[in-house]
Amino acid sequence: MVLENKVPQGKLADKWTSYKSSMPLVAPNNKRRLEVIVVGTGLAGAAAAASLGELGYQVKCFTFHDSPRRAHSIAAQGGINAAKNYQNDGDSVHRLFYDTIKGGDYRSREANVHRLAEVSRDIIDQCVAQGVPFAREYGGLLANRSFGGVQVSRTFYAKGQTGQQLLIGAYSALSRQISLGTVKMYNRHEMLDVVKIDGKARGIIARNLLTGELERHAAHCVVLCTGGYGNVYYLSTNAMTCNVSAGWRAVRRGALMANPCYTQIHPTCIPVSGEYQSKLTLMSESLRNDGRVWVPKNLDDAKAIREGSKTALDIPEEDRDYYLERRYPAFGNLVPRDVASRAAKVACDDGFGVNPTGLAVYLDFAAAIERYGRSAANTKGMDPDKTSKETIIQMGEAVVENKYGNLFQMYEKITGENPYKMPMKIFPAVHYTMGGLWVDYNLETNVPGLFCCGEANFSDHGANRLGASALMQGLADGYFVLPYTVGTFLADEIRTPAFNPNAPEFKEVENDVSNRLNTLMNIKGNQSVESFHRRLGKIVWENCGMSRNEEGLKKGIETIKALREEFYKDVFVPGSADEFNPELEKAARVADFMELGEIMMHDALDRKESCGGHFREEYATEEGEAKRDDGNYTYVSAWSWSDDGNHQLHKEELQFDNVELKTRSYK
Amino acid sequence: MKWITKLFTSSIGKKLVMSLTGIFLILFLIVHLVGNLQLLSNDGGESFNIYAKFMTSNPLIKTVSYGLYLFIVLHTIQGIVLLLQNRSAKKSRYAVKTNQNASWASRNMGPLGIIIFVFIVIHMVQFWFKMKTGALDMVEYAGQDAVNDLYTPVYEAFKNIYFVIFYVVSMLVIAFHLNHGFQSAFQSLGLNHKKYTPFIKSLGKIYSILVPLGFAIIPVWFYFFK
Amino acid sequence: MKLKLKVWRQKSANDKGYFEEHMVTANEHMSFLEMIDVLNEELISQKKDPVAFEHDCREGICGTCNMVINGRPHGPSKGTTVCQLHMRVFNDGDTIVIEPWRAKSFPIIKDLVVDRSAFDRIIQAGGYISVNTGQAPDGNAIPIEQAVAADAFDSAACIGCGACVAACPNASAMLFTSAKVNHLNSLPQGKTEATIRVQKMVAQMDLEGFGNCSNTGACEVECPKEISIANIAAMNRDYFSSMVGSEESV
Repeated sequence: MVLENKVPQGKLADKWTSYKSSMPLVAPNNKRRLEVIVVGTGLAGAAAAASLGELGYQVKCFTFHDSPRRAHSIAAQGGINAAKNYQNDGDSVHRLFYDTIKGGDYRSREANVHRLAEVSRDIIDQCVAQGVPFAREYGGLLANRSFGGVQVSRTFYAKGQTGQQLLIGAYSALSRQISLGTVKMYNRHEMLDVVKIDGKARGIIARNLLTGELERHAAHCVVLCTGGYGNVYYLSTNAMTCNVSAGWRAVRRGALMANPCYTQIHPTCIPVSGEYQSKLTLMSESLRNDGRVWVPKNLDDAKAIREGSKTALDIPEEDRDYYLERRYPAFGNLVPRDVASRAAKVACDDGFGVNPTGLAVYLDFAAAIERYGRSAANTKGMDPDKTSKETIIQMGEAVVENKYGNLFQMYEKITGENPYKMPMKIFPAVHYTMGGLWVDYNLETNVPGLFCCGEANFSDHGANRLGASALMQGLADGYFVLPYTVGTFLADEIRTPAFNPNAPEFKEVENDVSNRLNTLMNIKGNQSVESFHRRLGKIVWENCGMSRNEEGLKKGIETIKALREEFYKDVFVPGSADEFNPELEKAARVADFMELGEIMMHDALDRKESCGGHFREEYATEEGEAKRDDGNYTYVSAWSWSDDGNHQLHKEELQFDNVELKTRSYK
Repeated sequence: MKWITKLFTSSIGKKLVMSLTGIFLILFLIVHLVGNLQLLSNDGGESFNIYAKFMTSNPLIKTVSYGLYLFIVLHTIQGIVLLLQNRSAKKSRYAVKTNQNASWASRNMGPLGIIIFVFIVIHMVQFWFKMKTGALDMVEYAGQDAVNDLYTPVYEAFKNIYFVIFYVVSMLVIAFHLNHGFQSAFQSLGLNHKKYTPFIKSLGKIYSILVPLGFAIIPVWFYFFK
Repeated sequence: MKLKLKVWRQKSANDKGYFEEHMVTANEHMSFLEMIDVLNEELISQKKDPVAFEHDCREGICGTCNMVINGRPHGPSKGTTVCQLHMRVFNDGDTIVIEPWRAKSFPIIKDLVVDRSAFDRIIQAGGYISVNTGQAPDGNAIPIEQAVAADAFDSAACIGCGACVAACPNASAMLFTSAKVNHLNSLPQGKTEATIRVQKMVAQMDLEGFGNCSNTGACEVECPKEISIANIAAMNRDYFSSMVGSEESV
């Protein structure tokens, strides 16, 4: 299969503008007759559904949540990037484009990323107009902060709840269209399959989660905005219901899963505390601005801490190893996420972990507290050297509280430890998946009429995503890209009458779905869905987690296959398929995760290089840094699934005309 | 004029009625207390009876008093309507009761209000109705026309221990009702301000203790010392 | 720690509910929902129907989780959702009573799951600023005083969980509605529609059958985002002035 990326001709900076002005349009009278299904109501989905509704299309929007406002975009903390250059610090569209390409370790498509950087500016304007209460300076203008991996301040934020505020903005725009009748909202409906007619996506089968009833919904095209699949690892910072099923079902109907092995492991999360743990909590990247990461220098000290006979405070300064500062003097604690995560893993693998499970490192604010305290004392006209240490610390804690108060509070709530007194314990956790459905420049998958936006597609972040770029991409796709590009498909459909949901194609797919659910119900085994999910997560984490190697991946593939077999023999799903049944929902999702996990490992096995979130132990420098192989792997891998295990890899070669491929160095 | 009905049938409009009538009644309590305190003067009821005469004959005060009756009725009816609506909005209750998130008084304004209404009715029948229907004896004081002797029935009532208890308990109920109602009236009007609300709240607390206490002292004083 | 749970079970909206007792062994580092997970795993292993409850992000922001624990929405800790409530606030041997949100406008779907779609309809009535994609002026075109933006943020922090309604003895939705009205009406961008917005949203709130606010303040105490009832006062103000002062009416 040839993957045609449909990137328009012309100079990089002009592509999107000239493409927009020459792309086919749909007249308003025709828009009214065209139906679009949008699945998912996160930033991408809500923004797309609202914008399509505003344009006049008839939109049907689906979420499995009880309300569109619950989508997991809501949990994003730090902020959203935009090349506004409000800080006059030399930012520009090109710089954002370049940072994103470089941050993604040169594994993303130039034209898409440039477009993302261009529309980033419009996003901020749009959100401000919607009433998103971004942080402001005293003069009333928008404030910015800086994030990892870049040298400018371009991150817009609303305290530590930027995702929530942006999602509420998109949700309110969507709510407005719902009240105007252009969008019909289906809450508590989960998409379980895509329906194709004559090769084009023309509808979905959705399950009404309250009644268990399967519903057929037809449209002229289908847009999936269904988020990432980090929950394949079981433990992640994703919400409990985040899943891959919508995308995976599309793959099983002919779409391709691109770059599934690129997973972002976020370095600052609260460590796992026990077997019962259901999810991991992120501590914003912004903490690394002031926190210093360390482990004890001596194995004995680390052991003593694990056993509880010593605490962090018992380790004198000279016996601490600030390993990020030691290994990466140029960037120190602010190295990009993938680098920081791997370094933590190395420290713990070597036996320096500092919690009972041995999987945690310290993030210490003592130095920052003292620094801020001295500065505060100075401001108040007190001589820091003559002021008592307690006063300095008190003043410093006040400054830190002002900056990170809500995060410190959250940490204390979860761990029961006071991070002002004791260094935080952190460990990397699965956070974001750069991979997703393969899409072309129009965000259309290889199945005509099937579009994919936001984290669910693979398009913009390459092998590693920079902080504060996920919100940017979700909204860019939803507000400013898809509403245009969907026209390239629909312009040819203006004569196509509405599809009949009782067509045989729909019935056939509905039958498949119904059989699939009944299969799960009828196994009536002895093990819970949750227990399988945990085991799956462990397999994927161990073999396809922060670092991978050929042996582990091959073993992983076999273990997953065996687990899948066991699942279909011994899973127990209580209740029935025709009622509200959260266990059945979970079972169907876990079943799909098991297939995805296998594809991830195949992809990781194929990619014999280390780049971004994909680190192959065999392909590293002597110092243990990632080693890319641009000669052989500058491509997007796009996988199709085959039940016999003969999954096909399709490649889209990446072309870099505007940036030079360099080795990332943070030394 | 549709907007008026809409305003007063909306949930916020109904609260506006409660708030405005409530504030009026709060103010009235002061006037009433000033009069009642005349009972404490040692002149055999003269100043009290003259005061009572003034209150029932001055045309301005008479007009206001009709407003007062109307507001009591309005406050009561509206309160009952709200109580019923609120009960139906929360048909089933929690098995575990808690008072940790709201004061007892604020949770029981309806029942407290009903007790107060009953008290007012008894109170009116006993004193006000007698006065209005001329069932009272007349007394004359130097330099004055004859006035109704309201003092005597009050004196008799306050010598009855059961009535004194009933009266004092009712004042306690009023205290609780005021304790929440005072500041609540301002909140319903939309008067919530970082600077002033704490002051209003303290004033409400003081008012809700002092005024009912002022009323309650009188029968106790009569019973024990007169 | 060993705990005795009394959990509300109810097959569907029309069935009669009842309390079911279970013993659970938990540890103090678990979140409350992880403790429920333990219970459910146990029930599933006995081939019984697990307790239906809603939850998603488990980090206190999505607003999905909702349980009344010992009479208090989201449990005893201040400014905390159930998912962030940890077992260390309970003691070994405690009895914990778990109930769903109770309000006529939040009908029970199953066990602890309720239908909060009334909130969506209130937002649909006017909880937005009418701006189409692409119509916006530059983000810095209108400066907004820092304090105004911060106050708007505090109102906008609402996660729509419904604890305010659950806590209110009258099942009033005033805190939810006012937080949204205030968030938008206080910003210059939202002022153009302020009059109509407050009228429409209050009308929808009343239509949904929520009770009337009696200023008990329970909502504010139980709100996991600690949203202030000053929002309610502000909405009252907006409502009166829009009804009395404005020529617009819906």
